[in-house]
Amino acid sequence: MGQFIIKRVGVMLLTAACLTFIVFFLTNLYPNLEKLAKTQGNNRMSDAEVASWLDKHGYNQSTVKKYGEWLGVVPSRKFTTESGTTYTRCSRPDIRPEDAPDYCGLLQGNWGYSSVFKEEVSGIVSKRLGLTGYLMGAVLMVMIPMALIIGVVAGMREGTRTDRTLSTFAIATTATPEYVSGILFIVIFASSKMGLSPLFAEWGLIDSRTILKGSATSAMVDITFVNFTLPVMALALYGMGYIARMTRASMAEVMTAQYIRTARLKGVSFYNIVVKHALRNALIAPFTVIMLQIPWLLTGVVIVETMFNYKGFGWALVQAASNNDIELLLGISVVAVVVVLITQLISDIGYVFLNPRIRVN
Amino acid sequence: MDPLTSLQIFGNILYQLLPVWTGMAAIFALSFATRRKTALYGKLFDSPIGMAGFALVLFWVLTAIFADAIMTFDPLSQVSGMKNKVPGTPLRGATEQDYQWYLLGGDNLARDVFSRVVAGARIVLTISPLATVFAFMVGITLGLPAGYFRGRMDTVLSFIANLVLAFPVILLFYLLVTPEIRAAGAEIQIWGGKTWITSIPNLMAAALFIFPIIFFCTLWQSKYYTRPQMRNVLVGITLLLGLWAYSGLAFNADPLGVFQMDANKLNIFVSVVFVNSPTVFRVVRGLTMDIKTRDYVAAAQTRGEGPWYIMLWEILPNARGPLIVDFCLRIGYTTILLGTLGFFGLGLSPESPDWGSTINEGRKLLTIYAHPALPPAIALMSMVLGLNLLADGLREQTLRD
Repeated sequence: MGQFIIKRVGVMLLTAACLTFIVFFLTNLYPNLEKLAKTQGNNRMSDAEVASWLDKHGYNQSTVKKYGEWLGVVPSRKFTTESGTTYTRCSRPDIRPEDAPDYCGLLQGNWGYSSVFKEEVSGIVSKRLGLTGYLMGAVLMVMIPMALIIGVVAGMREGTRTDRTLSTFAIATTATPEYVSGILFIVIFASSKMGLSPLFAEWGLIDSRTILKGSATSAMVDITFVNFTLPVMALALYGMGYIARMTRASMAEVMTAQYIRTARLKGVSFYNIVVKHALRNALIAPFTVIMLQIPWLLTGVVIVETMFNYKGFGWALVQAASNNDIELLLGISVVAVVVVLITQLISDIGYVFLNPRIRVN
Repeated sequence: MDPLTSLQIFGNILYQLLPVWTGMAAIFALSFATRRKTALYGKLFDSPIGMAGFALVLFWVLTAIFADAIMTFDPLSQVSGMKNKVPGTPLRGATEQDYQWYLLGGDNLARDVFSRVVAGARIVLTISPLATVFAFMVGITLGLPAGYFRGRMDTVLSFIANLVLAFPVILLFYLLVTPEIRAAGAEIQIWGGKTWITSIPNLMAAALFIFPIIFFCTLWQSKYYTRPQMRNVLVGITLLLGLWAYSGLAFNADPLGVFQMDANKLNIFVSVVFVNSPTVFRVVRGLTMDIKTRDYVAAAQTRGEGPWYIMLWEILPNARGPLIVDFCLRIGYTTILLGTLGFFGLGLSPESPDWGSTINEGRKLLTIYAHPALPPAIALMSMVLGLNLLADGLREQTLRD
């Protein structure tokens, strides 16, 4: 087991290094750097001025060396401006150049400086990640119980009308990406002109003009049912269908097993068969699926945060990418990649732990 | 002219879609009559879910085919005074030849929403299936040997596949689909006096688009190498057609100008193929490892058949059930991906009528005017739903044998 975990962690670190290098390479392509020079310097720079700006700021070194500096395994190069001040990528307005350390990369906890927000990347990332944490937490709390209940109920009596209805519902949710369900929800619940809100307002059931809010900006300060339901539902709905279908398949398979038949022949009640005998074995497969679903939620988070204007991690990704904020985009990528890899690792190890039939040697 | 009532709008849309209904009725009648003779396709008509899915998919396919006849206006032209008008508004200043109403209203640039959804169907239904086909070609060509030979090649390919799969999709799109990346690279001279930029999308296109040619050449070679004449003809035709299309699609330098794709579309297309291939690779690899242990493979090995013959003519046909199911699901997933790209305004030009871009345009004024955003959203959902139901119906039928 120990060896298995070590091997998995090793592969994971290698993958992380490869992925961050790819992101680094793609964000450091020349046209991106040129754009950066023009936004940081001035917009009418000539090609030669752009080249000298990039040279002065250390962007002209080889990508591998830059990657090493960014990671913190290669000492950062020192630059001297015309006015005679020295600086490195570690320099900040409030730190004297002499005090700046030689190595300042990711490994030293220096994530860089955002060119758009004018803040430390690590600060932005942790703040935005916290906000997204609430969203993800709420989504998982809604999504997992719903998916498991639908899957178990559908799978315990395969082929019945309940099974068909629930399975069709699950298929329908997998066909409704967040940007579609978000639009439908806003029109139905959060528009003062259409959907249910005018009706409810007329009947005097609600005080405000709409039932729920179509914007989650206020949820960043204070989460309420009114401002947080729609983004959570939009996200949970799309992710749920897949987990529900996997749970159903797993449950249906377990229900045909010999030991279930034995229990049935012994005269155990159906409720006890499902809850005491089938459920535990049926939930092994969905565990893996749920873990692997978390990275998938990331795309959804970006869509939902953009749509409902909730300024979390996904929103920051869009800001960084569309404003060519290289350092911030790199920081965000690192977090995204690490989240993906850790969930994969947990799902692998957890599967082995949960399933006594698998022996790793 | 008075505005139309809801019922009239509904009636007019049904009438406008007449070619679709005729086509669906004809295909359904024919398929139902011959369903006992057409193997898996015929069995689809035994499952209500499969039939419902097939009907939805067929509806959109026929809409895309007859788009020119169905559209009431040009999807890009703007008519003054029709901005954000509600569904059923009569056209201002309509002449005799014009269609008299905006059936589903006008968007915020005064274009006809109905025509845009129909035109969008054509774009979506060309890119998604085609990108899925390419992803399958790449996945099959690499997945078969990885699953059959295993060894070092499998380790390397699986590692690369996992690498791509570990990449958050949205981040990959933001990095890969940008105007900057299309400009990054050296310009080199190619044939016909044209230039080609060694940008990442172009290089990826050159690498990914070669796979169908490799696949078909290997397919013919492995089966007909004992009949050189037959083999030469088949390989010759494949190379001729394949390289012709390849020169146009990957290098935008088709000498006859039939195959071409603008840089924008190519970028999206390549990214979508790139994201989808690793999953197909894993599916094919898994299936190959499973089928490899069957008796008929051992029989073929004993007969002395070559490895590629066994992979392409023994294993692949026997993996068709799960692959067809996955193909349907994957088209749906690709449609969702394209919609995501459109939603973020990446790739296709903003005035393009594809569903993702239209949803993105429409959502800005969503709480005041819902009619521009709703039709493309529902269109996208219904098409993906159709594909998912179709896949479910097919899965049920393939499992039954």
